[in-house]
Amino acid sequence: MFFKLALKSLLNRRGSVILTLMAMTVSIFVLLAVEHMRYQTKQSFANTVSGVDLIVGARTGSLNLLLYSVFRIGSPTNNISWDSFEDIASKPQVKWAIPIALGDSHRGYPVMGTTGVYFEFFSYGNQRRLTFEQGHAFSQVFDVVIGSDIARTLGYSLGEKVVLSHGLASTSFSLHDDLPFKVVGILAPTGTPVDQTLHVSLAGIKAIHIGWQQGVKIPGGSINTTQIEQLKLKPESITAFMLGLKSRMATFRVQRTINEYDREPLLAILPGVALSELWQMMNVLENTLRLISVLILIAALLGLSAMLLASIRERNREVQLLRVVGASPIFLFLLIELEALLIILLSSLLGVSLLSVGLITAGDFLASEYGLYIQSNILSASVLYLVLVVIIANLVAAAIPALSLYRSAKTV
Amino acid sequence: MTINLNNVHYAYPDSLDKPVLNIPSWVVESKEQVFLHGPSGCGKSTLLNLLSGMLAPTVGELSILDKRLDQMGQHQRDRFRANHIGYVFQQFNLISYLNALENIQLATYFGKHGRSGVKQGEIEALLEKLNVSPADCYKQANTLSIGQQQRVAIARALINKPELLIVDEPTSSLDQHNRDNFMSLLMPLAAENSITLVFVSHDLSLSRYFKRVDALSDISCLKGDE
Repeated sequence: MFFKLALKSLLNRRGSVILTLMAMTVSIFVLLAVEHMRYQTKQSFANTVSGVDLIVGARTGSLNLLLYSVFRIGSPTNNISWDSFEDIASKPQVKWAIPIALGDSHRGYPVMGTTGVYFEFFSYGNQRRLTFEQGHAFSQVFDVVIGSDIARTLGYSLGEKVVLSHGLASTSFSLHDDLPFKVVGILAPTGTPVDQTLHVSLAGIKAIHIGWQQGVKIPGGSINTTQIEQLKLKPESITAFMLGLKSRMATFRVQRTINEYDREPLLAILPGVALSELWQMMNVLENTLRLISVLILIAALLGLSAMLLASIRERNREVQLLRVVGASPIFLFLLIELEALLIILLSSLLGVSLLSVGLITAGDFLASEYGLYIQSNILSASVLYLVLVVIIANLVAAAIPALSLYRSAKTV
Repeated sequence: MTINLNNVHYAYPDSLDKPVLNIPSWVVESKEQVFLHGPSGCGKSTLLNLLSGMLAPTVGELSILDKRLDQMGQHQRDRFRANHIGYVFQQFNLISYLNALENIQLATYFGKHGRSGVKQGEIEALLEKLNVSPADCYKQANTLSIGQQQRVAIARALINKPELLIVDEPTSSLDQHNRDNFMSLLMPLAAENSITLVFVSHDLSLSRYFKRVDALSDISCLKGDE
């Protein structure tokens, strides 16, 4: 009866209840979204690179190097010479070295020139290696290995001919259309920017730039595929490279050697250290977002409290009736609290489902535009904890009208 | 004795020096039917709130069914009211968003039957006796006519088999015809169930239904009036 009374009373005031419900839903949505994105963004970044001891690039900020080499965010300031790479890669402490050459794209997806070592040693998440869903690594100059998202979104399968374009814009007019590439491998999904990347050999990158100068195609300067395959193409420069060391103990020594490299100004960073720098920068933003979502929640709670308080005025007769049939002031207090609880439970449910649906639909967009891989499953211990806190805050807010009713019930 | 008031004073807590009610003595015997009248603003509703235990007297002895209400706590008085006192208001007797049946179930919920409630059939039978058709039992209360609402209100007041029934200006919203219907329904029901009836109205024409007629100004003497 208690429950029925609260429910029917809410239904009776549909209009204001639905508006309050919407306000609560939006605020819970924002709160959970901020919290979830914050956590998942960190996860996503932290998962992208693992087992890499050092990342080396042209001298720039360590964050900048990390962002463009691993997350394909921003653009490289300068290239480094192939000679330096070979020199450092051949040092005794180095177990493996993965060169990275960026700068070209295919329909907005970045193209990365690298070597076969990449498929062997690059790992993500919890030390997981890349695996092929179909096909194999590139062996010819014009072979390309594509990430799973590209295969899925663009509908590419093995054997597909792919034309790369110069620069990173998806609408680039400078196409390397005279030299198409062939898809020979598709990687299994990783949930990292790898899924959005086309991998070609360094020779391939070099090949498509033959006959180009200063980023512009020279008329009559192009050559055909067979001619190129006969050339022994060797890159002159790369964007960055990743190093795996034989012993972790050597990391700082190697890092110092690279930073003091005398042939060329280089920068070596530890991915973990650079990531924590990133977190520190993001902390201010995170806290601001959190503050805003908490303020939105407080506004919604005050709205709920105001709605219930206003309803109590219209419910004077009802209160008197309930008192006369024997309802105690405590009962009336609890009735208001139950009404608030019903509203918050429903809006929590709505907020959580809205967020889940939103993440499922926006997931692809976030992955392709920002390289953020956000899980759509938001039910975690921290989210449940947050919802619990919201419910308690809601009961506290509802105590204002409930107490007012309690007091008036005592003196009726 | 159903009602026994002895030197009862009531003043609002924020103005204790201005009593709104001062009753040296007022007694209603068991099964008696009393018509109580007085102009509005003379403390009628305060008296009814005292009798039903919604308010406690500031000083004085107040016994209902030989139980000292003035010595009970708030919660005890609420329980007591639910089980022993029926109450019918002037209008808006029902919770508008519940149907007739649910309104009555609400009374049984707070009464001695508790959560198990009274059997639905029993309630429907009582309503039928009061000329409320079974179809109307499931209509939302605010869609019923005022006459029907008042009859449902009587059923609600009687469902817990109270010993005392307080009726507060029940007919002021009814026309002559419905008023007579209401009275001819209420009086025999009260007698039949051996219920003590306190009927409050300013409509003296209704006093013909009662043997005992009291004026509130006679039983309550306020200093301001002297």
